Amino acid sequence: MATTKDASIGGRSFLDNLGKIYALYTGGFFAFVVVLAILEQMGVPNKIIGYGFVFLTLAVYAVIGILSRTSEVGEYYVAGRTVPAFYNGMATGADWMSGASFVGMAGTLFLLGYDGLAFVLGWTGGYVLVAILIAPFLRKFGAYTVPDFFSERFGGSFARFLAVIVLICCSFTYVTAQIYATGIIASRFLDIPFAVAVYVGLAGILLCSMLGGMKAVTWTQVAQYIVLIVAYLIPVVILSAKKYGIPLPQLTYGQAIADITNLEHQMAAKGLIASAKDAAGNAVAAKPHIKPFTSYDPLNYFALILCLMVGTASLPHILMRYFTTPSVREARSSVAWSLFFIFLLYFTAPAYAAFAKLEVYSLINKGTQLAQLPQWMYTYGHLGLVKVCGVDVKVIQDVIAACGKIANHPGVLRMQDLSINTDVIVLSTPEIAGMPYVIAGLVAAGGLAAALSTADGLLLAIANALSHDIYYKMISPNASTFTRLVVARVLLVVVALCAAMTAATRPADILSMVAWAFSLAAAGIFPALVMGIWWKRATTAGAIVGMILGFGICLYYLVGTRYFAPSFYETWSWLSDATPAKAAEYARLQAACTADAARCAALDKFAQGVANWWGVKNISAALFGLPVGFAAIWLVSLVTPAPSQAVQDMVDATRRPRGEAIVREKGPVMGH
Amino acid sequence: MADGTEDRHWSRTRSLMWIMFVLWLLFSFVVHFFVDSLNQITFLGFPLGFYMAAQGSLIAFVIMLFVFAARQDAIDREEGQAEDI
Repeated sequence: MATTKDASIGGRSFLDNLGKIYALYTGGFFAFVVVLAILEQMGVPNKIIGYGFVFLTLAVYAVIGILSRTSEVGEYYVAGRTVPAFYNGMATGADWMSGASFVGMAGTLFLLGYDGLAFVLGWTGGYVLVAILIAPFLRKFGAYTVPDFFSERFGGSFARFLAVIVLICCSFTYVTAQIYATGIIASRFLDIPFAVAVYVGLAGILLCSMLGGMKAVTWTQVAQYIVLIVAYLIPVVILSAKKYGIPLPQLTYGQAIADITNLEHQMAAKGLIASAKDAAGNAVAAKPHIKPFTSYDPLNYFALILCLMVGTASLPHILMRYFTTPSVREARSSVAWSLFFIFLLYFTAPAYAAFAKLEVYSLINKGTQLAQLPQWMYTYGHLGLVKVCGVDVKVIQDVIAACGKIANHPGVLRMQDLSINTDVIVLSTPEIAGMPYVIAGLVAAGGLAAALSTADGLLLAIANALSHDIYYKMISPNASTFTRLVVARVLLVVVALCAAMTAATRPADILSMVAWAFSLAAAGIFPALVMGIWWKRATTAGAIVGMILGFGICLYYLVGTRYFAPSFYETWSWLSDATPAKAAEYARLQAACTADAARCAALDKFAQGVANWWGVKNISAALFGLPVGFAAIWLVSLVTPAPSQAVQDMVDATRRPRGEAIVREKGPVMGH
Repeated sequence: MADGTEDRHWSRTRSLMWIMFVLWLLFSFVVHFFVDSLNQITFLGFPLGFYMAAQGSLIAFVIMLFVFAARQDAIDREEGQAEDI
């Protein structure tokens, strides 16, 4: 690196003092939280505390982003390949854990119990695949983007273009959801309209990434990781210490789970929870917290784990983080650190869920009159996130009236009456447990950090694919460094604006489509990537057919089962898991739809439940795309001529850490 | 450098990958097939089947990756394929 920049972010003296710098930063953050806590005790209003958390953290990220500005292509795309394994691990953790992981994961575990653990497993185990199959080889390869690899390995622009298409399909809905999440948090804590808050979030995202590209995103993501992990751990550590006297929630929640099981028995006996009869005829909870396969059947549980894991190992914004380490060796240990930092949050989430569930069950078990619902239910009821007897908890008379319409309602709150949005658990736990507002502000700052950091990584992945792969490699290979960086920044802003405008319309579909990103990435990218590295005989034709078929089947299944459910069911009824009774019900609804078009919505809704192959939910569509992709690459490769000796030598070189990178930037050699 | 070293480097790399892959299958799927039986056992106050999905497998993944990084590094060095930096 040039010596003139030694003192700036990313310069040598910065890299030599990373430990000190981020220790100081962490200390400063704690001091900031303490100051706000003191201000709260002195009577400063909650709104000011909320502003403090949102604006101060945003300002810090922006300052890091601006100090990391760069005019070097290598720094813009891969942070100059100078990021040590440990810090790249933290940055990957922030890149990986989205607003939804931070805010929604514990809520999902609260609702689904054991079955929700499919997400915990799926979103961690994928890193084993990243480490053993992919990351070190891509690092040796020396690419700027994931499509770079496809182009070199599978000869030319078409494979690159396909990879870009898959990349954009799986990243765009995802980034829209992140901007949506920043908008929700900013609007709640700044008290401004959602449509405005989205653009506040957008400004925060662009300030971090635009000037410094990957270099800036890396160092802000490290800062964001520290904020998000502190914000996630503090409330649940306090809860654990209050309840069991030990500030290690991950150990103490075994007791909480035993308590939950006891409460479930008591509530079932009193009719306060949806119940079933056991063999002896006693009432037991229908969906006990620890009982497996109450929400997903085993097939869907394991299919979901597989798709999330393979999807993790294929998402370009994650893979490109391992392009930034100084060596292949550090890329490997960096995957290990990434998983460690992600693990810190994910093994805490089930504890969070258990403590929250214990609080709610205790409340219900003691028999709470409808007129005495706790304050937090109203706070979130007003936002439409907590319902009792099917109505938002806003006005007590409405709730009592709605419950009164239910036959034999006892007049006390029952678990089956209560419906809590998954986002509420993490956001409301500080209030449920009666903690000061400063903790709620801290949680908001953490959620914001999680959403911003993921949005940055995704935006960069999309914009880089457009500027590097499409513009530079396919349209204008002679562009100067200056032009390339201008194009990269303009595209970043354009993509970010498109995502923000989409988010501002509150697209319900986009949010549910985020889960699809994993299946799409898994089916479109994983087979060709792994076969390209691990099987020299894989040919261009094989990879192209494999990508098109794997991705195509996956997309067909996702779109078909969701948007064209009736025709999908009619085409594939022989593969559906619908029982004869359901098939008859379908025929009845279909006749009704033919007679009266207004009744087709019911048909569509019902069809979504039966439009499937062997009962596989569409979130796990890669279960079909993956084997098809692998099989197609294998078969087509065998019937086409083997790749040239040059390509085979390149694959060999990719497998050996020693030696030069395969792809090199023109002009001055960067790095050491 | 003799071709023999490079082949041996790759075959050892491949073996390590397969070991890790089988362990991955074990902790991602196989253990959880037996969740009901494991739940009969109590571990640290948890039903063991639940514990494995909530923490046990995750801890195994983290340890596996640090072991993998160290083992692969040893292979690279022993076979003369490690980086110079």
